[in-house]
Amino acid sequence: MSLGDSATPLGKVRGLGSAREGGEHWLTERVTSIALLFLGTWLIASLLLLPSLDQRTLLEWLSAPSGAVPMALLVIIGFRHALDGMKVVVDDYVHVEGNRVALNTLLLFLAVGGGALALFALARIAFGGAA
Amino acid sequence: MAATKQRPLSPHLTIWRWGPHMAVSILHRLTGAALSIAGLAILTWWLVAISQGPDAFAQFTKLASHPVGLVVLIGLTWAFFQHLLSGIRHLVMDTGAAFELGINKTFAILTIVGSIAVTAALWVYVLEFRP
Repeated sequence: MSLGDSATPLGKVRGLGSAREGGEHWLTERVTSIALLFLGTWLIASLLLLPSLDQRTLLEWLSAPSGAVPMALLVIIGFRHALDGMKVVVDDYVHVEGNRVALNTLLLFLAVGGGALALFALARIAFGGAA
Repeated sequence: MAATKQRPLSPHLTIWRWGPHMAVSILHRLTGAALSIAGLAILTWWLVAISQGPDAFAQFTKLASHPVGLVVLIGLTWAFFQHLLSGIRHLVMDTGAAFELGINKTFAILTIVGSIAVTAALWVYVLEFRP
């Protein structure tokens, strides 16, 4: 979102809005939403097309690159999009600054922690450590 | 700025007559929050269960196929499709299109009709017809 040094002060404010930041966040939310349009549809279609949903079938499905890679992307982009979205909700409705910062920090920790846990489980499935 | 007379303020949510566009806008946030918290928690738990083996997975399946578990899963399926369809609506509106009253209202209603129809079709198939 950089406008370069040639931009006038007015031009910078017009480009970035009164908050002076957030353009990047707004764009990221849209780009991740388009990725999730594909990945979410992929997950539901896959679950419908698998011959069964027992542990052995799912393990086999997520061990192959065709299952593991989109699932890893779904986890990473899904948690990122959730964090970006929840931040908008918190910023809009939590007016006390301390509470807002605390809640946003908690959400960041939850998203990073949850995403790491999901990726670890997926790695264990994909690389054969799983039963 | 000597004038201190009461200036008109922008009216808040409670004063407007409810319409489909408002409902869909609020639903977008509610379904987003539900998917962020419950949806990602269940996705992570499901991946962990698969990685831990048949016993842990049986525990997951038992809870997921319990009536309460089914209600949660059906609810999240609807939330996913509602958020997806109204997300598409927002992407269209981000381009500056579909702000005219008629088409905006129609588009809003379509997201609700679409999400309910797809969710119903999917779960009727899963519960009644899936081999």
